[in-house]
Amino acid sequence: MSAMDATPYALPNSDAEHEQLQEIWAPKRGLFSWFAQIDHHSIGRRFIFTAFVWFGLGGLLAALMRIQLAKPNNTFLSADQYNQIFTMHGTTMMFLFAVPVMEAVAIYMIPLMVGTRALAFPRANAYAYYLFLFGGIMLYVAFFLNMGPDAGWFNYVPLAGPEFSPGKRIDIWAQLVNFTEISALTVAVEIIVTIFKMRAPGMSINRMPLYVWSMLVTAFMIVFAMPSVMTASNFIGLDRLVGTHFFNRAEGGDVLLWQHLFWFFGHPEVYIIFIPGLGMVSAIIEAFCHRRIFGYTAMVMSLVATAFIGFGLWVHHMFAVGLPQSGQSFFTAASMMIAIPSGIQIFCWIATIWMGKPNFRPPLMFVLGFVAIFVIGGLTGVMLASVPIDLQVHDTFFVVAHLHYVLIGGAVFPLLAALFYWFPKMTGRLMNERVGHISFWLAFIGFNVTFFPQHKLGLVGMTRRIYTYLPETGWGPLNLLSTIGAGILALGMIAYVGNALYSMKWGPIAGSNPWDGATLEWATTSPPPHYNFLHIPTVSGLEPLWNNPENAPVVTGLATDKRELLITRMLDAEPDHRFVFPNPSIWPFISAVSTAGMLVSLLFSAWALPIGTVIVAIFLTLWFWPTTPKKEGEEPPNDGAAEAVA
Amino acid sequence: MTLLALLSGRGFQSALEPAGTHAARIARLWDIFLIVSVVVWVLVMIALLMAAFRRRRAQHDETAGATNTVSIATGITAVTLFALLVSSVLTGRSIVDKTAPGALQLIVTGHQWWWQVEYDDPQKSNRFQDANEITIPVGVPVNIQLRSSDVIHSFWVPNLNGKQDLIPGHDGTIQLLANKPGVYRGQCAEFCGLQHAKMSLWINAVTPDEYAKWLASSRQPSKIPSTPEQRIGQQVFMSSPCPLCHTIQGTDAGGKTAPDLTHFASRRSIAAATLPNRRGYLAGWIVDPQHLKPGSQMPPMLMKQGELEPLLAYLESLQ
Repeated sequence: MSAMDATPYALPNSDAEHEQLQEIWAPKRGLFSWFAQIDHHSIGRRFIFTAFVWFGLGGLLAALMRIQLAKPNNTFLSADQYNQIFTMHGTTMMFLFAVPVMEAVAIYMIPLMVGTRALAFPRANAYAYYLFLFGGIMLYVAFFLNMGPDAGWFNYVPLAGPEFSPGKRIDIWAQLVNFTEISALTVAVEIIVTIFKMRAPGMSINRMPLYVWSMLVTAFMIVFAMPSVMTASNFIGLDRLVGTHFFNRAEGGDVLLWQHLFWFFGHPEVYIIFIPGLGMVSAIIEAFCHRRIFGYTAMVMSLVATAFIGFGLWVHHMFAVGLPQSGQSFFTAASMMIAIPSGIQIFCWIATIWMGKPNFRPPLMFVLGFVAIFVIGGLTGVMLASVPIDLQVHDTFFVVAHLHYVLIGGAVFPLLAALFYWFPKMTGRLMNERVGHISFWLAFIGFNVTFFPQHKLGLVGMTRRIYTYLPETGWGPLNLLSTIGAGILALGMIAYVGNALYSMKWGPIAGSNPWDGATLEWATTSPPPHYNFLHIPTVSGLEPLWNNPENAPVVTGLATDKRELLITRMLDAEPDHRFVFPNPSIWPFISAVSTAGMLVSLLFSAWALPIGTVIVAIFLTLWFWPTTPKKEGEEPPNDGAAEAVA
Repeated sequence: MTLLALLSGRGFQSALEPAGTHAARIARLWDIFLIVSVVVWVLVMIALLMAAFRRRRAQHDETAGATNTVSIATGITAVTLFALLVSSVLTGRSIVDKTAPGALQLIVTGHQWWWQVEYDDPQKSNRFQDANEITIPVGVPVNIQLRSSDVIHSFWVPNLNGKQDLIPGHDGTIQLLANKPGVYRGQCAEFCGLQHAKMSLWINAVTPDEYAKWLASSRQPSKIPSTPEQRIGQQVFMSSPCPLCHTIQGTDAGGKTAPDLTHFASRRSIAAATLPNRRGYLAGWIVDPQHLKPGSQMPPMLMKQGELEPLLAYLESLQ
């Protein structure tokens, strides 16, 4: 197991080794096996698909709101419907789409980009997916039963407390947070471990693609931010279910505790959503300008700096609360400072485009659109960091405009770019470029027509979360314009999704590297085999595929009769040991079902916790029950076998 | 942009048309931020478009030049942000509520979904209440104590100042200093439940003379009904559930959970500044408030034949 030879990364499919690896790694057929799958491709695809279903529903809710607001005193929706709908829209987009879809893309792409066979903790990955799915189903079932949460995605107490929101609506919101955050935290850990320990030999930490860096930073942010909101959601669940007084001031609780806990998660959440987007943008600019991203080190440091500063500005959501001046100035300074790393990245991308040869295919168009939109979002963010300006525009449509510029501009545009870019890798087929251009222009124009006027609406007094307004306010025309824009934006989205669905079946065959990309995911066939690479590649630079890939050595000697893969060291990615991966298992699915059962039962009785814990523990024990090592290949990690590759 | 300017609001609820000292300072700061932002965006777009569409010359290494350009751009970004930070902090200090001598003291309490306004005075008999409408003199600072009786609300009159939350358990304050007479509209800015959209208020900024007159009349108890119809109306009011929630000074009605009606007829609007104070709307509001503002705490009143008209006449007499 010490030889390296000069074989290309992916060999013809007829190879005998391929047959054997396929036998070992491919999921079995049948319904039972479908639920037992742990393969990162299938879980990643399901994750992306599910997240887009929630995205579509969240978008439909947005359309309903835009129809309601198109004219003053409209009666299309009632106050109660509108309040449920805006709460559902925010909750769906933040908890069921933005974070999960970014993690979902990473589940699929990260193992390919770091050059390994699988994602770490594959069974946990399946568990995370099913919890995400069940959480979303619970939320929408409740919504269709007219039990949708109605206190906003931020769920402020005391409005969301037992006194002012009786019924189960808020409990459903709180439990959804538990579902999605267990899922998000699990996936974050998988991503961190995959990136730290499973990179191809030679991919030292300073040779990681920027997208991999961005997901590493994001995953760490998730690990530090999500526990805060889970704490908050369980506090409110307890206040509501068993009568604790975390937020009840009559009994010594405090309503501001909620806001601090929520925004300590809520602000980093924004960065969790768009930092992956920044990584995608870097990947696409590199591929379509055919040039290394200018200022790699500066880019990485900017990502890390953004993550750190991102935890230091949650109070800028609370300026109107009336906190002490000096404290507010600190958060103003921190909020403005975060513009510096973002600026550095924008400048480096522009320099890359300047020095490269831009090829204006649809992914690059989405990226250019992203820059135009995201810079506006960043600048309005600087405005909101200023306490006096924030006191005027806080909780108005100015903020609605700002956050959509940041999140649609900073995350959805890069995501659409990245899915167009990686679509051939995932499906083996190319999306239609002409429709791609059309969908870009519709989305770009529609987006700006929808959201740009909302800046003005906020400045002329239109507050957020209002189901209607009076004609005397004069807000009607701009709202109508905004609604028209939303229609154009929707057309763009429909064109994009239609393009994807059509191309999945009838698009032209892509080949392994249709864009002449530089990173390892393009080294294998499209779609990749279940084991990703016939031989684990080695890496000697930032752009392995632009550097004579034919001559790059590969790792040989990994067992092909069991799920063996190579663990490397964290910083330099030197081979460390071989590790045998677990086999597919139904227990993650059953554990997820029982966890979901427990969480849903907790809506009604506190007894669900002790009883549910025992049941979940039983299934988790079965999940981790050691199987006979020889037969199933579930032997413990083979630490001594560092003899992997020279 | 010109299109947007044409389509803007009416100006009585706008941060861009300041009528008070605080709002004017914020508007000036806004102008600075807006100009800087527009310049930055235009420069970035020019750089991006030039980078994308420039004519490419023969290959030579431009990395060194790019390093310089990016470093300079980053430096300019940092300096600009620092300048904005300083201007923001300075403006922030200038709009902090100052303890102004001779300032008027008001207490505004947020309820789901209306505003209770108390005009404070060292002399107890001079204190009185109003609802959903605040009258203030031009040129005199007004310190408002903000309280909430239920959930979080936020007090915002954009023409006069930024917003301040009303948080149960944490009293806030805000200062208004109008410098132009006029009528301005405010609205609850923090989502506070079902009828958050219909929780507004009016601010009447009047000259000090007018204010003195208004104050004198507002301190009076309610007018005694002067016509037979109004007298019947008063009896209808007193014998229905109305007094359980509403106060009318000078009568037996002393309920504390709903707006004070002592000078009801002088108000511009009903239902927290969302309906005009006219007979038709008022009749609808009394008979079926849940249709006009579903979820409102006001229950529908079952009126017998011949009761509604006198009741309306009585309420309209409460100048």
